[in-house]
Parts: sequence; structure tokens; C-alpha cells
Amino acid sequence: MSQTTASAAGSSSGSERTLWQRLSHDRNFLGLLFMIPAAAILLMFLAYPLFKGVWLSFTDAKIGRDGVWIGLENYEWLWDDKIFWLSVFNTLVYTIVASIFKFAIGLYLALLLNEKLPFKALIRSIVLIPFVVPTVLSAIAFWWIFDSQFSIISWTLKNMGLINENINFLGDPNNARASLIFANIWRGVPFIAITLLAGLQTVSPSLYEAATLDGATRWQNFRFITFPLLTPIIAVVMTFSVLFTFTDFQLIWAMTRGGPVNATHLMATLGYQRAIMAGNLGEGSAIATAMVPFLLVAIMVSWFGLQRRKWQQGGRDD
Amino acid sequence: MTDTTAKNGLSDESEGMSYLDGGFRKVVTVYLPLALIMVVLIFPFYWMVPTSIKPEDQLIDMDRYNPFFVVGPTLKHITKLLFESNYPQWLWNTMYVSVIATFLSLIASVFAAYALVRIRFRGAEMVGAAIFLAYLVPPSILFIPLATIIQWYGLFDSPIALILVYPTILIPFSTWLLMGYFKTIPYELEECALIDGATRFQILVKIILPLAVPGLISASIFSLTLCWNEFIYALTFLSSSENKTVPVAIVSEFVDGDIYRWGSLMAGALVGSLPLVILYSFFVEHYVSAMTGAVKE
Repeated sequence: MSQTTASAAGSSSGSERTLWQRLSHDRNFLGLLFMIPAAAILLMFLAYPLFKGVWLSFTDAKIGRDGVWIGLENYEWLWDDKIFWLSVFNTLVYTIVASIFKFAIGLYLALLLNEKLPFKALIRSIVLIPFVVPTVLSAIAFWWIFDSQFSIISWTLKNMGLINENINFLGDPNNARASLIFANIWRGVPFIAITLLAGLQTVSPSLYEAATLDGATRWQNFRFITFPLLTPIIAVVMTFSVLFTFTDFQLIWAMTRGGPVNATHLMATLGYQRAIMAGNLGEGSAIATAMVPFLLVAIMVSWFGLQRRKWQQGGRDD
Repeated sequence: MTDTTAKNGLSDESEGMSYLDGGFRKVVTVYLPLALIMVVLIFPFYWMVPTSIKPEDQLIDMDRYNPFFVVGPTLKHITKLLFESNYPQWLWNTMYVSVIATFLSLIASVFAAYALVRIRFRGAEMVGAAIFLAYLVPPSILFIPLATIIQWYGLFDSPIALILVYPTILIPFSTWLLMGYFKTIPYELEECALIDGATRFQILVKIILPLAVPGLISASIFSLTLCWNEFIYALTFLSSSENKTVPVAIVSEFVDGDIYRWGSLMAGALVGSLPLVILYSFFVEHYVSAMTGAVKE
């Protein structure tokens, strides 16, 4: 290293420096140079498709055929499409119900894990397993657990004498929705619990001690210390959770493929079915693009709604 | 992050107020609900194990055999999977795509994170925000236009398509994680090296990277998991059986009308999850810090 610098200094002989040497001390040039690999990939495979998707939704492109501009026709078509509105309804139900449960159970689990426990590290690593097992593979396991004939849940309930018939988990529209939401909650709780736990661990125990001395109950401790200090993390975690629940595809595709009779189609699965399986790229893109406003609203609600609390509590405003 | 673990250690050491709640009360309010939640969380994964080693007649006869017990376990499903199907090929594809995509995005992220945190070129903050926004763009709204782009590049049904597309998920995440790590490295170290005539590249490789090894491990473990888990792109871009990744192959190749399919399905799911679970068990701490670190930033 010292050798190269010495020779470089020798060749440039004082004030005359080559273009490369000048550039290599220029912040903007260096920054640009270092950003190239990441920027190239993100621009080519993320930003460009994002715009191309919107463009495709205004065309009648099919697989293997470039489309021509047809304006809002795809959207008009979708507006009158009952299945599309059913998928919007399903997506909203799926997102809202699953997010509420994930948040409640996740927070509860985080609070439990924050107690003084034996084998805490082991328990925490077991809790994370649903997050580590690939979603599709656990969805397959759920498919088996929710099987119409050989479900272990039906078997157990039958042997306990609670039901007489097997439960038709994935064959009945409402049961299928509930089963998928359950699987989604199962998959999402560990992430929320472990991230909130990390937030809980930064709360100084002396705050609770002081509050308890002042006569605060457990609930007051939680309501006036834990929760306010946790809101910034809750905001971020729930934004991510809502986002990924809303755009979920894997669980549904592996377990029901949108059935029975489209009862569990989310916008993502319907988009896949229309665009890739039926080949109507334009229409599929219109469904995908229709998700964007919902996503923006969801992000705004969970982000700003909780963010506001942050400065209200006098937290750091960054 | 180090700050968190320090505090965590501290609060674990000190007894604090925990003497207030002991005995029976704690069993009901803490251990019981915790045990219940853990059983539910672990059950589907556990359930793959007995199913994948059960002889076929026991799988579908739940009146004669209690489904919770396995009488005369068999490795038939697993050997069938490993020697009579394309499963090893799928496993190899998944591994190969994941490792290369992770490696590529790690390199891109290291440079990007360093530029954003330490070179601080004009507009660095805006680029940083843009990368965070990129994290919020879900694959579900990108796969259709990407399919046309992949087709246009002639990469359809090729693992290279996945290797190029997966980094769009990994780079935003890894860059944010690594930015957090780089920020904790004292700037003085860099100044010394600059005075000694080191270039930015030398500083990055010889000073920053060795100090950020935990961050690099966290980012790669987490990225590997994300790749392994990825489904919608792999489902859309791959069509021939021998190119598929495990998640796609399980859903499309194993699902026939056969009533006996459950044994091999569960064996496939189990074998496909085990590499990740084993990797995870060695790097739990890194994994957790990856998960919480990217969110906390």
C-alpha cells in the first residue's frame, strides 16, 4: 500500500495530478462510482418495471404480443368485474383482520418474552422458527393440517367429542378465509414479537421502578411507559406488516389458489391468474396497479397515524 | 445495536422488581400463555416430521392408528424424494440462486452503504430515502412487468433471471442494515488512513469491512433466507421442471390427485426447510439483529 502511494506521488510530481487522481478525491464522483452497482440493479429491475407496469395497464398486451394503447379500458372492465371487487374485499378483510391479530398477539408475546424467564435465548429462537421456514413450505404443512379428510384438528376435536363431522376448512368460503388468515397470523407473529421485544429491551427498568413507587398499576405501567416508548417501533413494524399482508401471494397460492369459487382470491393472486395463467398482461397489470393507492393509504395510516404520537410524547423527531 | 445488547444484559442481570411476582401467579400469567403460543407456533413445522416418516396406510387411516404416533417409521418418502425425483436438482437450484444473489447484493450494498454513510456525496440523503422506499415496493406489483422485461432480455426460464431480480429485494434491506453498522465505526480511523494516503476503496476493504463483519454476516444470513423463501418471481419466471426452486417445485410438481401424496409432500417441505433452520440455529443472534436492525434504523 505504501509503495503504490509513493510511486503515485512520484509520477504526479507535485502539483500536476492526473484526472483519475483528482476524481478519486472528489466526493460526488466517488459517491456516484460506489452507487453504480446498487443503482443499476434497482433502476433496471425495480424502478423501470414499476413504471412499465403502470404503462402495461393502459395497453391490451398479451403474453408474446406487445399491446397497443387502449386508455382506461382495462380499468373500466375491472370496474364492472364482480370477481375483482370480491378480491378487493378479500384483500381488505385479510389485511385488516390479520394485522389486528398479529399486532395484538405479537405485542402480547413480546411482553411475555420480556419477563424474566429460564432458557430465554432458546425460547426466543424457537419463536422465530415460523419466520425461518420458507412460507410456501409451511403453507403446505397448513394445507395438510387443514385437509378435508385427514385434518389433525378435525380428528382431535372429533375424539374430544366436540364435533361429529370433519370441518371443511378450505372448501367452504368463510372457513377458507379464516384458515388463511390464521396461517398468515401464525407466520407474521414472530417477526412482530421479536422486533417489539428488541424495542422493549431498550426501555430502562428504572422507569417502571419509579412508576411503581408512585403507585402505578401494571396496566398503567404498560399504558403510560411501555406503549408510548414503543410507538415509533410499532409504527415501522406495522407498516411493514400491513404492506406484506396486503400484497401476500404465497400462502394463498400454496393453500387454495384463490378457491373455493374465488372466495380467497387476493388482488395479487387474481393478478397472477389473469396476467400469467390467462395471458392478459394488460388486465393483470391493471389489477396490480390498482393495489398501489391502497398501499399508499395503508402506509400513510400506519406511518403518520403512529408517528404523530411520537412527538406528542416528546420523543426524538428524526 | 451494541448499545441494546449491553442494556439487555444489564436488565437481565439486575433483579429489579421481579421479586414482586413469583410462584403461582407467574405460572398463570406468563408460563401458561407462553407455552400455548409456542406450541401453536411450532406445531406446523413439527407436524411435517411424523407425516414424512409415516407408512402410507397410517397416513390415511386415522381410525385405526392414532395420528400422533408413528408405528414402524419409514424413510420411504425421503428416499423416494432424494433418489427418484428431481428434488436434489431443485435443492441445488435454490441454493445456487440464493448464494449468488446474496453475494451480488452484498457487494452492491457494501459500496452503496459506504457511499451513503461516509462519502456523503451531494444528494446522499435523498438516495438513502429512495432506497428505503425501494424496500416498500412489493414483488406482487412488479412480477407482471418484470416477466415482460425478462422475456425481452431472453432470460425466461433461466436461473440468471432470478439472480438478477432477487437483489432488488435484498439490496434495499442490506444497504439499510449495513448503513447502521458503518455509522458505528469511528470516523477517526478513516481519517488516519486518509492522511496515510489510503484510497477510499482501500479504506473500505481494509478498515471498514473487517470491523463490520457481524453486519455482513447478518445481512447475508437474512438475504439467504429471503431468497430461499421467494416464490412469486420463481413461479413466474421458471417453467421447466429442472430449473425450478424448491418452493415452486413443491407446489407445482408434487401436487397431483394422489391420496398418498402427503408423505412425500411433507418430506419435501421438511427437507427444504431444514438447511435454513440449521443455518439459523447457528446464527440466531445475527439473524435477530438483522431483523430488528433494519427496522430500527
